Amino acid sequence: MFDFYRTQRHCHHDPKGPHHHHDGEAGAVIESHGSGTRKIQVVRNVLDANKMVADRLQQRFDSHGVFVLNLMSSPGSGKTTTLVRSLADLMPELRCAVIVGDICSTHDADKLAASGAPVVQINTDQFGGECHLAAHVIDTALSGIDLHDLDLLIVENIGNLVCPAEFDIGEDLKVVMLSVTEGEDKPIKYPLMFRVCDAALINKIDLVPYLDLDTETIRKSILQIHPEMPTFAISAKTGDGFEAWLGWLREKVRHKAGIQTI
Amino acid sequence: MHEMGIATEIVRIVVESIPDDMTDPKVERINLKVGKLAAVVSQSLQFCFEVAAKETPAEGADLHIEEIAVSASCRTCGHRWQIDDPVFRCPECDSGSIEMLTGRELDIESIELAGE
Repeated sequence: MFDFYRTQRHCHHDPKGPHHHHDGEAGAVIESHGSGTRKIQVVRNVLDANKMVADRLQQRFDSHGVFVLNLMSSPGSGKTTTLVRSLADLMPELRCAVIVGDICSTHDADKLAASGAPVVQINTDQFGGECHLAAHVIDTALSGIDLHDLDLLIVENIGNLVCPAEFDIGEDLKVVMLSVTEGEDKPIKYPLMFRVCDAALINKIDLVPYLDLDTETIRKSILQIHPEMPTFAISAKTGDGFEAWLGWLREKVRHKAGIQTI
Repeated sequence: MHEMGIATEIVRIVVESIPDDMTDPKVERINLKVGKLAAVVSQSLQFCFEVAAKETPAEGADLHIEEIAVSASCRTCGHRWQIDDPVFRCPECDSGSIEMLTGRELDIESIELAGE
């Protein structure tokens, strides 16, 4: 617990009433009341520790010209299958690596490793079974990846439409995937995820003939939450829609690499 | 789902914010702002906070959560409004180009310490 304490300046009590002064380094304002109660203005975001690590990661990715994609969705929407197909198309033209997060098992890493890309599996049961990948976890995983020979790092986040939305990991792009079988109500139920993301993939469109809804309904529902977001309807099973999705992604990755070489 | 992690961070920041001239400090109240878009369930957070604060100066403190509404401004026409329904489009000009003003807060505003 002692690590938590930080040296701060004295606050002198003023028995006549509230009195403010700035606490130099911490920037805190301390208010003393006649009753002896002290009110301390803190004004800090609870997630600022994660943000600090994320900012540091971003600088590191930028200095290597590595483009980082954070792929998020609920469990079972097809993240891994989509990545397997995407990697087969993007490599070897683009040098890719994957960090894949799950609470436990190496099932996804095993599937992704067949692509030939370096894969680091993170099991968050070592981190308390966390429901998202925090920036410090990515930092740890990077020890297994050489950023020098890399163009694109894809982070397959833990299947969850809630928590990963809150945690930046130094990425260039956040992409959310929603499969048609999950229903068109998901963007409305999980608005933060669809607000924070830069693009949306609508997966499993090959199943639309068996459902009571169509791709357009899902797209409209996503656009209700994020009207300007690019959306790509794909089928990781048949490969439908991958040309548009990967064309868009390639352009982003090349753009960053271009900035790096100038 | 990550309320325990949030609670642990709250306790860390609160304890860090206690002036070091205080002997045996006791935090009576923590004023927290939580935006309605933030992925946090207040009741779970209260429960996790009680656990996370044990054996720290924040043990037994009242975690006061102020919920902050979601609001936005339109980049096209400048209209500002509060978003009550999950529709992120300007109600005046129908533009989808909007800037979020509030609703994602997860901020410790202040703490109140018992007199020595």
